[in-house]
Amino acid sequence: MALAKRIIPCLDVKNGQTVKGTNFVNLRQAGDPVALGKAYSEQGADELVYLDITASHEGRKTFTEMVQRVAAEISIPFTVGGGINEMADVERLLNAGADKVSINSAAIRNPQLINDITKHFGSQVCVVAIDAKKTEKGWICFLNGGRIPTAWNLFDWAKEACERGAGEILFTSMDHDGVKNGYANEALSRLSDELSIPIIASGGAGKREHFRDAFTIGKSDAALAASVFHFEEIAIPELKLWLKAEGINVRI
Amino acid sequence: MNVAIVKYNAGNVCSVINALKRLGITPEVTDDRERLTKADRVIFPGQGEAGNAMAYLREKGLDATIRRLRQPVLGICIGQQLLCRHSEEGDTDGLGIFDTDVMKFCPTRHEDKVPHMGWNTLSDIKGPLFKGLKEKDFVYFVHSYYVPVTDFTIATTDYILPFSAAMQKGNFYATQFHPEKSGGIGERILRNFLDLTV
Repeated sequence: MALAKRIIPCLDVKNGQTVKGTNFVNLRQAGDPVALGKAYSEQGADELVYLDITASHEGRKTFTEMVQRVAAEISIPFTVGGGINEMADVERLLNAGADKVSINSAAIRNPQLINDITKHFGSQVCVVAIDAKKTEKGWICFLNGGRIPTAWNLFDWAKEACERGAGEILFTSMDHDGVKNGYANEALSRLSDELSIPIIASGGAGKREHFRDAFTIGKSDAALAASVFHFEEIAIPELKLWLKAEGINVRI
Repeated sequence: MNVAIVKYNAGNVCSVINALKRLGITPEVTDDRERLTKADRVIFPGQGEAGNAMAYLREKGLDATIRRLRQPVLGICIGQQLLCRHSEEGDTDGLGIFDTDVMKFCPTRHEDKVPHMGWNTLSDIKGPLFKGLKEKDFVYFVHSYYVPVTDFTIATTDYILPFSAAMQKGNFYATQFHPEKSGGIGERILRNFLDLTV
């Protein structure tokens, strides 16, 4: 038996509330993050990701307190991300009880951060999140929630992150995110072939077939989704039973 | 019930504390030899690197204390590995409760990634630690080194090769997986550990 493919609900948190955007704008409310995470855990989610999308200093404190509550109440692993710029942020969130941290723009601006996190806490806590978009120049990485293009090609950056010790790559295709038309399976498959660390697919889940395809065609180790779970368009127990019937190894 | 968690240089113990609190137990985190010796249950957790962890235990004289414990002891992850004779990680001598060596995973296929991280199944489960569980129940792992299957093995998991997911020798229990992060199954295993008859 191999490792189970993971289903990961992602909760975007602003001012202590879960929100989810479509193509990174138009935020909608979707509930209390701790209660929602607990419900997902009980339904069979394999991990949770909490992203702090609050920009303010005050919001960061609220988020850290929420991380402590999540750690106290939920018995499955969870990753936190958003606004992690330096080792002090990593330490604060791990001390609050997070199992992993997800770094995105900060890693591109200062790739040494990946080495530092890995050296101090082990590669298993370091998730490198990448937002990328397919352009005429190929897959290009973006900063700041998809607002600023970089010179990095997706596959080069993912390889660099892996060599610096990243434990996992969380790849969001900006073109697929919020569109509910399936994950970027071609790029996922290439990432999986080229890298020796787990790949988490993100952006594009709209129906259960999309999860299957992310695992079979995209060769992902995990699939992350938000709105299809938050708005109860897909229920995790039924999704997992269906995936199992489709021959995917999932934890039931 | 007085549950002590061994305090040493091996990562974050807050998930173990939180898991015990969900079971109604507030544990004490201590490196005091007397308090560890007197506790009803001792949990020996661990993440991180075997060499540093073992050096800290020796420095504090905790290696001898742990070997002499008579109450139920539960090693978790690095805790299980340090209860063995020797680890390839940092060429480290362990506590030697389990007369076996700890090896590094050597993947032969691209899809076998190291660390082994995520949910995998338990097979050949036996003993009171797994009361109420079924074969193929899932638990959560994060590790790059493993203990081979031995006479002390009370559960196996297959990843790259079958290895010891859990072990027992007398009052010493150990799991390679993280019961504190393994949802309801993990909670049941921790409950079973607390409920062991002495």
